[in-house]
Formats: sequence, structure tokens, C-alpha cells
Amino acid sequence: MIEWVGWLYSDFMGQAFLAAFLASIACGIIGALVVANRMVFLAGGIAHAAYGGVGLAIFLRVPILPVVTIFSILCALLLGLITFKRQHHADALVSALWSVGMALGVIFVNLTPGYQADLMGYLFGSILTVTRSDIFIMAILDGLLFMWIWLFYREVMAVSYDMEYAQVIGIPAFRIYYFILVFTAVAVILLMRFVGLILVLAMLSIPSYLSESWSGSLKRMMVLSSLFTFLFMVLGLLVSYELNLPAGPIMIVVAGVSFGLVECLKLFWRWRRSKNY
Amino acid sequence: MRGEKLTDWVVELMEVSFSYDGHEVLRDVSIKVPKGDFLALIGPNGGGKTTLIKICVGLLKPKKGAVNVLGMEPDKARYRIGYVPQDTNRNKDFPANVFDIVLTGRLARKRGFRRSISNEDRLRVENILKKMHLYEYRNRRIGELSGGQRQRVFIARALVGEPEILFMDEPTASVDPSFQTELYELLKKLNESLTIIVVSHDMSVLSSYVKSVACVNGGVFYHGAPELTEEIIGKVYHCPVELIAHGVPHRVLKEHR
Repeated sequence: MIEWVGWLYSDFMGQAFLAAFLASIACGIIGALVVANRMVFLAGGIAHAAYGGVGLAIFLRVPILPVVTIFSILCALLLGLITFKRQHHADALVSALWSVGMALGVIFVNLTPGYQADLMGYLFGSILTVTRSDIFIMAILDGLLFMWIWLFYREVMAVSYDMEYAQVIGIPAFRIYYFILVFTAVAVILLMRFVGLILVLAMLSIPSYLSESWSGSLKRMMVLSSLFTFLFMVLGLLVSYELNLPAGPIMIVVAGVSFGLVECLKLFWRWRRSKNY
Repeated sequence: MRGEKLTDWVVELMEVSFSYDGHEVLRDVSIKVPKGDFLALIGPNGGGKTTLIKICVGLLKPKKGAVNVLGMEPDKARYRIGYVPQDTNRNKDFPANVFDIVLTGRLARKRGFRRSISNEDRLRVENILKKMHLYEYRNRRIGELSGGQRQRVFIARALVGEPEILFMDEPTASVDPSFQTELYELLKKLNESLTIIVVSHDMSVLSSYVKSVACVNGGVFYHGAPELTEEIIGKVYHCPVELIAHGVPHRVLKEHR
């Protein structure tokens, strides 16, 4: 315990917690939208396709973060374009982008001679790589997301609940849909540092799914799911430090175990209630 | 013909055709709906009833022909129409309560950057909830309501924007039969102040409530008073049907090909 306190105040840990806090905000807001809109699979497509951006940046020998950000936003826009009118075939189209993006990433990395850096960090997260400038970028992206949701909360809610009706009353549903996808890409990039592109899906879905049944409004679901995300990240960091294991996968396991426990408790409550009546 | 002036028609479709991926659903449909009408669109599945409604509310653009709603293009008339979609069971887990869902109906009248909600909006939502006997459920989650209650929420959402025309797509499709009569009684009362156009499958409840009927199957085969003959219905449904007393109600009983 004493050991933890000293460690908490260390520069590294302070930075990690701050970064986790900033990422949780974006993750909670976007996770809620993704889960409530039944877009988890689309988010998965964006996250995996983003690996193509990692490969491209390595191949071109340019900074990775800006390239992945632009690449995944473009993927999100492309997904929006191909799925908005063809919701029925969305799963096939998303799968295509999902795999092709990853394949491109692998090819680009292979085409880069003598590249030895640890790519596992991008796929499964590496909290150690968070820098001060990352935190600065995270804060700006959070700010943009926050402003958007503050300005358009009612429209976003209307579109998320019933897109067809939203269109009838003149809400630009396609624009809101695109924005949700673009911010999903942004959230994926923010979370990439922590849990990596492959594990990001769990972080977007588990906290929000847990929050959904306890929230009377989309707003509350966003707040609650941000809190859950932060909790899982902090717990994950602490456990990974104790066990000396990679933080990203530990965060996901913490989230998964909590999810399982909550679901078991729910089943137990339902069983007890049915026995009482 | 009812109504002499052009403005008396609240909905006007002139030779409208529509197709999905080359498959023609509506061909040269012309229909005029007078103000204050209670029109039922009937016809077989895939006959284009829903497509017709979607064209009227601006969700679909006709490939050919002209549409006028309240004397303007459908997307300009948006804030003056109400729409109740067919599927009321969608997204049942969505975190929103009855009040907030109905409140979205007020957004139709708002323009600009941040569509802020005024006290007047809230008051109107409360009034409509009371009128629809939903006030006690205002803080309930939408998924916790019964099918009939949820249907009423969607009607409230459509009415809270104070529309002049109410479009409803199969309002009785996802509610229990006991609610159907109640719903049509309600619609009849609403019809005193607004035009109603409703897509319906079953004609059993129509005759005593609606003022006119249009039979849609690719085109509009019949448009007029709800006293349908066996011949007309047979023509629309392409199968012999049996008319049962009191005019419209029909059951498909005779030999079916």
C-alpha cells in the first residue's frame, strides 16, 4: 500500500492516470453511442482497419499517431458512405474493410526493410508509450467531442433512437451518423495507447453495456460508462503493476470479469425474485 | 369532387412512380386527399402502401411525378406533419424515458445550431401526455411499456409538434387486438382537428371510423368512400374474398390460388 502511494505520485503514474481519465471521457461518450446505436461491429471495423494506418506510417517513416488518426477517420467516413443506405448488408461491408485494413497494415510493415519496433504495442496497448504531447492531443479531442455532444445532444439522441423519424422531422440524420463514426475513430485512437486496436472493442462495449440498463437517459449512460471505463483502467493499471503483466490486456480482463460478475448478480436477483413470488 | 380550390388538398400525388433497385413498386399513382379526411390505405403486402406514406413524409423521393404536401414539397412541410412509424418495438433497450422520446417531436419546429428546449415545449409535452393518458408513465423507460402504451407514445410524439396531417404506418401491427378499437376511437377524435392518413392491413375496424379508402397495389385501384364491393377488393388483392356484413370487413375465405 505504502509502495502504491509513492508510485501514485511519481511522474509516470500521474501521467498514466491523467491519460486514462481523458481516454475514459471519450470512451464513455462514444461507447454509449456505439452501443445504443447497435454500431459495435462498425466500431470494430474502424479499430481493426486502423492498423492499416499504423503500417502506412511505418512504411512512409512518418509519425504514427497523426497518420493513424487521419487513416481511421477516412475509414470511418468510407464506412458511413457504404453502410448508411445499405443497412442490410452493413455486416458484410464492415467485415471487408475490417480485414483489408489489417492486411494492408501487415503488408506495409513487411515492405519496410529492417523495421524492428514493437508492433504489439499498437495491437494490444502499451501505456508506457504515452507522452505529454499525447495527453495534450487527447485533451483537445475530448474538448471537441464534448462540444459536439453539448450542441447536438437532442439531435444525436433522436437519431440514435429512431433514425427514420429523425429524418422525417428534418434532423440531418446522415450528418449525425457520420459524426458518430468519425468520433468513434477518434475514440479508437485515444484508446489505442491503453488497450490496443484489437482489444479496444471491449473497452467501447463493456462499460456502456453495463451502463445501459442502469441509465434512464443517454446522457446518464455516457457519464456512467465513462466512470466504468476509468474504474477498469485504474484497476487494470494497479493489477498490472502488482503482477508485472501488460496493462492493456489486464484492463480488458478486469472489465470482462466485472461484466461477468454483474451479469451473474443480475441472474441471481432475478432468480431470487421469481422464488419470492 | 370535393373542394374546388387547390389549397383544399392537403396531399396531392400526381403520376408518382417509385422503384427499389429496378423493381417497380408504384406506377403512376395519383391521389388527392382533402383537408379533414380520414383516409385508409389498404392493399396487399408489397403493394406499396408504406412506400406511398414514405414519399408523402419526404423519406423517399419519387422517381417520377410530383408530390405536394400542404401545397409544398414534402421536406418543406416537415414541421407541419406528424409521422408514426410501423415498428414500435425497435430499440427497446434504449436509455430514454417517455418524456424525452415525446420531446423529440418538438425538434421538428426548431431550427439553428442548438435546438434548445423551452418551457413551452415541456408544457406541450406534458399536455399531450395527459391527453394520451401517459402522464403517469412519463419517467418510465420506453422499453418498460406495453406495445399499446408505446404506440401511444409514438402518436404523442407525432402530435406534440402540432401537425396538420398525421401519417401512420400500420398503427395496429404491433399492438394487441384489444387496443385496436381504442386506437381508432382516439384517431376518430383527433380527426376532428386534423387530417389522418393511415396504412392498414386489416379492414375490420375501418368502416366505422374512416371517411375514405384507397386501395394500393402498384397503383391506386380505388379511392373513395369506404363502401367497398367484393369486386374492388378482389381486384386489389387478386384473390376472391368474402365480404362480411357492414360493408368493408373482409376475410379471405374462398378458394385461394
